[in-house]
Amino acid sequence: MASEIELVDIQAGYGRAAPVLRGLSVAVPAGTIVCLVGPNGAGKSTVLKVASGLLKPRSGRILVGGREITGQGPQAMLAAGVAHVLQGHSVFREMTVAENVLLGGYTLRDKAFLARRVEFVKELFPVVAQRWDSLAGLLSGGQQKQVEFARSLMVDPKVVLLDEPSMGLDPKATATVFEQVVRMRDAGTAVLLVEQNARRALETADLGCVLDLGRVHISGPASELLADPQLGELYLGGRPAEPPVTPKR
Amino acid sequence: MSDERGALRTEGLTKAFGGVVALDGASVAFQHGRVNALIGPNGSGKTTFFNCVTGMIRADSGRTTYRGRDITRAAPHAVAHAGIGRTFQLCRVFPRMSALDNVLAAVRPSGLLGQLRGARGRAEVDRARGWLTRLGIEHLADVEARNMSWGQQKLLELAGVLMSEPETVLLDEPAGGVNPALLDRIGTLVRDLNAEGRTFVIVEHNMDLVMSISDHIVVFDRGRPIAEGPPSVIRSDERVLGAYLGV
Repeated sequence: MASEIELVDIQAGYGRAAPVLRGLSVAVPAGTIVCLVGPNGAGKSTVLKVASGLLKPRSGRILVGGREITGQGPQAMLAAGVAHVLQGHSVFREMTVAENVLLGGYTLRDKAFLARRVEFVKELFPVVAQRWDSLAGLLSGGQQKQVEFARSLMVDPKVVLLDEPSMGLDPKATATVFEQVVRMRDAGTAVLLVEQNARRALETADLGCVLDLGRVHISGPASELLADPQLGELYLGGRPAEPPVTPKR
Repeated sequence: MSDERGALRTEGLTKAFGGVVALDGASVAFQHGRVNALIGPNGSGKTTFFNCVTGMIRADSGRTTYRGRDITRAAPHAVAHAGIGRTFQLCRVFPRMSALDNVLAAVRPSGLLGQLRGARGRAEVDRARGWLTRLGIEHLADVEARNMSWGQQKLLELAGVLMSEPETVLLDEPAGGVNPALLDRIGTLVRDLNAEGRTFVIVEHNMDLVMSISDHIVVFDRGRPIAEGPPSVIRSDERVLGAYLGV
């Protein structure tokens, strides 16, 4: 299966500090959700920053759709088909949902294509259509996250990088957000997902990679990683003593 | 919903932002010496409640008392001096200071010489390192906070709050962005600190954590409590299941 994005033997870090990523390789095949899990400080968010051009790797190669574009900045990576939804909330609260979403299509010159993308994201995320003229700041956390998803899809990216999409969301909103991640994949966009809600993320993903000390420690089908008891104890947190309260999906 | 034994108690706390009512006459009592949790959907007023109680924003009306003392109009530093420490949902650390200096920043230098020189004594440094160790980030003591991951910064913020030895600790989503394997450590730490006499009020969406460490849970919806009780009661309360958990 062809990869939408592939990072090969990446070394990367911040300033003159020791590298955070130490020979990391990861690939996101078309039509899949790949989930990165691992301890705090393992380098998960750094992988996404390298993939979107926010952080230039010290060495290694980045391929998008099979074409090498190592060392490019965010604008070039976006043009190549890599969109990044950052950790935390990034909507412009004083702007409407429409204005927020249309910002995602700022670089598009083809008005007919832009209009088709607007209809596409409205259909994919009903709350975006329903709250189109509302101020984004008045939406709930989960709704704002869907506006961010919609904005990222405006350029019809090959792959979307999602950094902790469930952070700060209540159980109902978390369930909705994970459903929307699956819908994004089913609509044709590959997803590279970083998430501390590791069990939930692996339940959603097709493939999983466990990062530790800046490189991929274990990778494979997400369902197999979930079933690995040693992995569960080390990285996913122990099973709760009492049955968890699970929201309806 | 009020209780005379409440360590931290509000009566009719109300706060609106424009036309949006964030707190709608919330009357709540959190018990002294217990692990209390405050849960509810996004937008139900939990963080606004923390902000009003800690003096970060002023309530439009209502009253807040802490161990019998009126702190309704107290400034944040006065609330801290009263014995209440807090963390934030979007954590606040000094990005260009090391982890150790971040924790040390929570306390004044002791002794006249220390205050004159702005320096911390060995005891304070040891205590700061001790908190970093209890939070599992002692290996990052010399790393600038901006070079730490989100989850590590959350733990660092908590270490700073604990360094100031608050009697009551308000935690706003301590599990947000923290690896599940570390949640057990946080849960154990909260229970241990509670056994040492500290009171907790925790806003958190991770129900496994909330249910495993809390003695008492208050559930907010639309700016006011809709239910309260021990985990065994809350986990089967139909209003909670409908409003919050979607089951």
